Amino acid sequence: MSKQYAIVTKALTKRFGHFTATDAITFEVEQGEIFGFLGANGAGKTTAMRMLCGLLTPTSGEATIAGYDIYKQTEQVKKRIGYMSQKFSLYEDLTVKENIRFYAGIYGLSNQQIKEKTAELLRKLQMEKEGGQLVSSLPLGWKQKLSFSIAVIHDPSIVFLDEPTGGVDPITRRQFWDLIYEAADRGVTIFVTTHYMDEAEYCNRISIMVDGKIKALDTPRKLKEQFNADSMNDVFLQLARAKS
Amino acid sequence: MQPIVVQHIHKSFGSVKALHDISFTVEEGELFGLIGPDGAGKSTLFRILATLLLADKGNAYVNGSDVVKDYRSVRRHVGYMPGRFSLYQDLTIAENLNFFATIFSTSVEENYELIRDIYEQIAPFKDRPAGKLSGGMKQKLALCCALVHKPRVLFLDEPTTGVDPVSRQEFWEMLKRLKSKGIPILVSTPYMDEAMLCDKVALIQKGEIMQINTPAAIVAGFGRQVWAVRAKNMYHLLKDIRAFEGTHSCFAFGEFLHVTLDTDESALQKYLRPLQHEDLVIRPAQPGIEDSFMQLMLEQNETT
Repeated sequence: MSKQYAIVTKALTKRFGHFTATDAITFEVEQGEIFGFLGANGAGKTTAMRMLCGLLTPTSGEATIAGYDIYKQTEQVKKRIGYMSQKFSLYEDLTVKENIRFYAGIYGLSNQQIKEKTAELLRKLQMEKEGGQLVSSLPLGWKQKLSFSIAVIHDPSIVFLDEPTGGVDPITRRQFWDLIYEAADRGVTIFVTTHYMDEAEYCNRISIMVDGKIKALDTPRKLKEQFNADSMNDVFLQLARAKS
Repeated sequence: MQPIVVQHIHKSFGSVKALHDISFTVEEGELFGLIGPDGAGKSTLFRILATLLLADKGNAYVNGSDVVKDYRSVRRHVGYMPGRFSLYQDLTIAENLNFFATIFSTSVEENYELIRDIYEQIAPFKDRPAGKLSGGMKQKLALCCALVHKPRVLFLDEPTTGVDPVSRQEFWEMLKRLKSKGIPILVSTPYMDEAMLCDKVALIQKGEIMQINTPAAIVAGFGRQVWAVRAKNMYHLLKDIRAFEGTHSCFAFGEFLHVTLDTDESALQKYLRPLQHEDLVIRPAQPGIEDSFMQLMLEQNETT
């Protein structure tokens, strides 16, 4: 059997007026892969991600998500993906359980499934005692872990993580990556952006965007060889600085 | 005179202890880093030092003036860049800068020498509203506004958060140049790697300072041999090493795991051998600030 692809894009492009935010990007992500999507601020990452989530219609090019076309099958795309960002937050004035029920309901889980998933999720996060607490009372790190678990509550084939770990302490940041690894191990495809270059190393493969184009795409180790660099930080600086 | 002196500062919000017995001093010309995650209490401390918030207990002096009794003097001599972008979004770059200069009864021209390096990078866009600038440019403008009245002390609260690695590096190069002009700088950051760029750092977590020292001394005091371990499947390797009884700590660090042991390395080798990890590498590694920070966090959790 041939490889299963979670994401396939061909010359995917988005223009806003005369400005080309995403310029003919072409890449594939395999099912179960942890794919790091890097680039400087303003390089076009968010625009690309919004197209892949079915939230923004491309100007030209093609893409499929879990086999669904992002022009014609946006509703199927949305059912097969999860999304979490640092800015996207849970409802602070709802409790932990209410947040879970709300999102699980939106994704169409049955009452029975919601009940089971809630128990499983709280147990896994060791938050059984906090189920009835308002989300606003939780430390940031817990919110992020909860937010990730809710983003995958409907067993999506792909989860998009937009700078999920900004500002958290180094131990919590690693615990968060444990959740990512575990999801990938179950076969969930992870598409993640980050400004922490050590986290880039945790990815199976990485793409680096500069001015709307993908300038490099490979495993962290091969990228370091290719750019004769000690760390992903050096690779990133070489590419992002070369533009001007 | 020590430009910043903090003595036994306490601050609570209701039942939340935001700051607990914080003391440190910043020397002339020093670049002092407050290193810690969100919620550690860094911004609360800045607000107390900038005279915007009263501590429950303790004293603090900035440029020799008491932050409570002589708050007017402190305000005149401090440049403060808050964590949240707080310039006027609908004013242009030039208008924002003139506004801040005027508030401090000075002019952009009078102190232009101090901001020249930074301002020249954003000058081509000087007629653009601040709200329409990129993250890196906003940050440069905010720094110019904090410097325009030639402060004696500079407070920078998380200037590089959410900024990409290129802009972060540029920002630290600017700080180095400012430091060479003799301005003492107190800067906070959640990025552990930035600690190495400071003269001295305080590692802060849950409102308490865990350690204060030069970055080199903090790393030197780590006290345990760190092993860098790598294999093809890092997730399985991580799980296996955490399950090993001789493991003291095991954390992901870029392409390696950093492992400290309560036993010797040969025991780890022996434990891993039958688990058949592909491309297994074990080698000694130098600890960094982040290793120290996590170690201190674990100790803090044990004592509370």
